[in-house]
Amino acid sequence: MIAIVDYGMGNVASVRTAFQRLGYDVEITDSIERLKVASHIILPGVGSFQAAAREINQRHLAEPLRKLAEEKPFLGICLGMQLLFDKGYENGSSDGLGLIPGEVNRMETEYILPHIGWNQLQIENNNQAFAPFQDKHVYFVHSFQARTEQQYLVATADYGTKVPGIVQNGHVYGMQFHPEKSGEVGVDLLKVFMKETNSDRGQLA
Amino acid sequence: MIAKRIIPCLDVKEGKVVKGTNFVGLRELGDPVEMASNYSKDGADEIIFLDISATNEGRQTMVDIVRRTAEQVFVPFTVGGGVRTIEDVNCLLKAGADKVGMNSAAVNNPQLITESSARFGAQCTVVAIDAKRVGDKWHVMTHGGSKDTGMDAIEWAKEAESRGAGEILLTSVDTDGVKDGYDLALTEAVVSAVRIPVIASGGVGKPEHFPEVFNQTDVSAGLAASIFHENTFTVKQVKEVCTEQGVNIREA
Repeated sequence: MIAIVDYGMGNVASVRTAFQRLGYDVEITDSIERLKVASHIILPGVGSFQAAAREINQRHLAEPLRKLAEEKPFLGICLGMQLLFDKGYENGSSDGLGLIPGEVNRMETEYILPHIGWNQLQIENNNQAFAPFQDKHVYFVHSFQARTEQQYLVATADYGTKVPGIVQNGHVYGMQFHPEKSGEVGVDLLKVFMKETNSDRGQLA
Repeated sequence: MIAKRIIPCLDVKEGKVVKGTNFVGLRELGDPVEMASNYSKDGADEIIFLDISATNEGRQTMVDIVRRTAEQVFVPFTVGGGVRTIEDVNCLLKAGADKVGMNSAAVNNPQLITESSARFGAQCTVVAIDAKRVGDKWHVMTHGGSKDTGMDAIEWAKEAESRGAGEILLTSVDTDGVKDGYDLALTEAVVSAVRIPVIASGGVGKPEHFPEVFNQTDVSAGLAASIFHENTFTVKQVKEVCTEQGVNIREA
């Protein structure tokens, strides 16, 4: 069973349907017991970093999520990806889950914000699993971006600055764009995440 | 680089997609979810539903349509029309809409933009502006483009941005329905006045009108309704014409 973490930050119907289309059993839950029996944890999210960090803390989910991320494959989507990092600076400074080293700041670009629309992925670090997605368009909508070390980058997008699109640390993955809103390409990306993490139960770096 | 977006718009009344601009002689075209799904398969980058229902039942039906769309359509979609309160915004987002468009209600109560942006984020707060040329300015129109508020459309766009709108859906009342192309002057005026994405709307009669607005202004997206209905032109055909004319679009 794939568990989608329900913490009150945005609708998750499309995320659920995307995984269901791939043939997986999906549950939307904030129950730690249910999250523990899941094979994969999906952390979605739309809204501000601070509000999300608050919701997670109010539900006492931060520590359990960190622990779950050590044990099983974990995917953060959009704001859920930003929460994987150490700190976020949207509406003031808040702590993230600290699963990937880095911080989340407002994008520094000459282009207009939010970064809304379909942008192309550039594969980083010669990543083989995601190589077929070079130049593929995926749907972004955000004004803040992660800043992390090159080694954690799987794919980026060019928006007047290099925007981390897919990040990875062991079996913890993050996607800044919305795979569930990125048509067939998005569903294919989720498929690769499942394939990679089913074979690799590696530890965090 | 980020691609220019092609957005089909579906006018929905009491749960059915309808055609007819002036609220008279409306003709039913089909099921909104099915049509949205077909457009997305054909390469639409986004879908916009405009709810023109006159009844509460109709608006409730729209919420069901949003729920079904979220389960079946894998591109972003926006819902506008009849959004009056922050609870209306909440209800549509909860049902699965990616963004909510507000028009007259935002004019009457600009605080609605501020609240929506603070609570749900700029990314889902779309302010729809209907503008009409009056002398050397453009005025904000409400009531389906029939009532002149006297407000300057450019100033209103700037205010919407400062209140936290994430996007502006700009319809020219002058070119809407004329099928002779987008209102390039209005579009350029708004695009250069704000630093958020603008969606141009009103006036598309053929695929060439898309590359025209993309090549002559810095607009982020183009919306059209009638040319996509009844298969006059497909989204795919529009994208082919855009590519031929050097516009950066997403190949579906």
